[in-house]
Amino acid sequence: MSNTGTLLEVSGISVSFDGFKAINNLSFEIGPAEMRAIIGPNGAGKTTFMDIVTGKTKPDEGKVLWGELSRNLIGMNEAKIARAGIGRKFQRPTVFEDQTVFENLLMAVKNDRNPLKVLFFRPKFKDLAKVEELAAEIGLSDQLERKSGELSHGQKQWLEIGMLLAQDPKLLLVDEPAAGMTLGEREHTTDILKEAAKTRAVVVVEHDMEFVRRLDCKVTVLHEGSVLAEGSLDHVTQNQDVIDVYLGR
Amino acid sequence: MEIFKKNPSLPVFIAALAIFTLAVTFMSEAYGTGALSTSFVKTLGKTLCLALVAIAMDLVWGYTGILSLGHFAFFGLGGYMIGMWLMYARTEIIVIESMANAPIPPTPSEISDAIGTQIFGVVGSSDFPLIWTFAHSFWAQIALVVLVPGILALVFGWLAFRSRVTGVYLSILTQAMTLALSLYLFQNDSGLRGNNGLSGLQNLPGADAISQDNISIWFFWASAFALLLTYLIAAFIVSGKFGSVIRGIRDDEARVRFLGYSVEGFKLFVFTLTAVIAAIGGALYYPQAGIINPAEIAPIASIYLAVWVAIGGRGRIYGAVIGAGFVSLVSTYFTGGQAPDINLGFYTIKWVDWWLVLLGLSFVLVTLFAPKGIGGLFDLITHRMSPTRHGLPLGPDKGSLREEEAEK
Repeated sequence: MSNTGTLLEVSGISVSFDGFKAINNLSFEIGPAEMRAIIGPNGAGKTTFMDIVTGKTKPDEGKVLWGELSRNLIGMNEAKIARAGIGRKFQRPTVFEDQTVFENLLMAVKNDRNPLKVLFFRPKFKDLAKVEELAAEIGLSDQLERKSGELSHGQKQWLEIGMLLAQDPKLLLVDEPAAGMTLGEREHTTDILKEAAKTRAVVVVEHDMEFVRRLDCKVTVLHEGSVLAEGSLDHVTQNQDVIDVYLGR
Repeated sequence: MEIFKKNPSLPVFIAALAIFTLAVTFMSEAYGTGALSTSFVKTLGKTLCLALVAIAMDLVWGYTGILSLGHFAFFGLGGYMIGMWLMYARTEIIVIESMANAPIPPTPSEISDAIGTQIFGVVGSSDFPLIWTFAHSFWAQIALVVLVPGILALVFGWLAFRSRVTGVYLSILTQAMTLALSLYLFQNDSGLRGNNGLSGLQNLPGADAISQDNISIWFFWASAFALLLTYLIAAFIVSGKFGSVIRGIRDDEARVRFLGYSVEGFKLFVFTLTAVIAAIGGALYYPQAGIINPAEIAPIASIYLAVWVAIGGRGRIYGAVIGAGFVSLVSTYFTGGQAPDINLGFYTIKWVDWWLVLLGLSFVLVTLFAPKGIGGLFDLITHRMSPTRHGLPLGPDKGSLREEEAEK
């Protein structure tokens, strides 16, 4: 475990929708260069947790502290949080299908996001180099000029991961990256994520146990909106509570 | 240049506009054979202004996905702002001339009162309302052409986008703004002559000696130039990363937000900029039309604007130009009494009455059979086809292929 402190500290958050407690006094921490998998049955609050960290949902109580300065993220809007260094990948691949792979990546590359700066933006050499480098990493180098709507499901997933990396975030939140992928595609996805986790924090929400095993990282099990168990995959799969609520089904 | 690479239609448009402008000039009564009547030159000039505001609509709706039903209100406001100066300055000249023969020279306040009586007599008033403070100054009113609609759009847009009102609700909100504005202007005490509107705008102050034949062609040139500039600005906006971002906002607003772009800021920028463009179009249109009244601002006008852009083809700049030009010229043909009536024996189809039905029908047909509009026909020529990837993903086993492709 890294001793360089925590990057993200979520403490005691709760949120309820129409009386249903989606998140119940949840606490969670992750370090600056760490891979973490979050597993849990449907309705455990995995996606809601991501919504809270990225500013989409406001929690009823609790704190989300970010970075070395322990800035509270609650109350900031999604765009600001994204600029602070949290990138998010949705469950369903969401890329801009009407635009080319190149345009998708260029839009994501870290640069000034101010409308006027964007209007007069012309890609510099380093931006183009970054796009090339990312395209190579996600295996889409020869697809740059294609509209991303033409890509296969797996390629769209990679493109979205590429767009995340282009933002150069300190924390990546990835929701079910391997859904609908072939075995080969899954392996490639694992490689991309592992590579990313060397320099930044990566949180992966996943249903598929085999995929989580391949990630080979610490696992947090969520159940009914709070943490049920935490530790290595072998450790949590032997936990009796986890077996009861999740694996034993 | 990159702007040409990203907009292959740009040279074609510039050439077409240049040829059109020259052809009209050489057929005009002032500088050519006189094949085109002055009133038709005015119609063509007005059509160019409508194409200009259609480009603004295309930017805000076709590219950014905000179906604004308020852009014709900004167009009308621009017309009102320039109309105030035209009316004031011309009335001032007439009043001073008629008072020049009086035995005692008139005082400035007498002149001002006389102008007020001339302009506002029709609504039973003679005092200048506060909003006419700058009407005597050409440059001040030109500035107001940009400032009034710009600030209105800025404030309205800030309130609406900040509350994350989107889709149909935003359309309703913009329509409410348009309706409120036109209802307000209909009142006699609104200060803009109620339902009489501003008239006589075709008579430029101090240009009585110049024939309308010449003036009409000058305005035609100005409109063509303004359209060219608007086209270039629009092409510049949509060709770069800004274009990527606003098309992204149209297709998936939340995703753009999670990329770190302030969606509200971008929407507000586009909304305000296009409102200003629309207002400039209005300031060129109404001196050619000669009259502006609140009925021009009514929500139906903004709905027409959306129909033009839809028929011409959303999300492509030349589509907006084609839609506005085609529909408004055809509309002039049918409603101007030029189209021959069709006698069915038991019933005579009068196009003046049936034109709206025809327009509605063609709108439905375009929506159903040519969702890309008339502009989409060019895709057939250039083979710019979007992929047809219908069918569900086949899942992990057959990998990247989708149902239909895999069966082939």
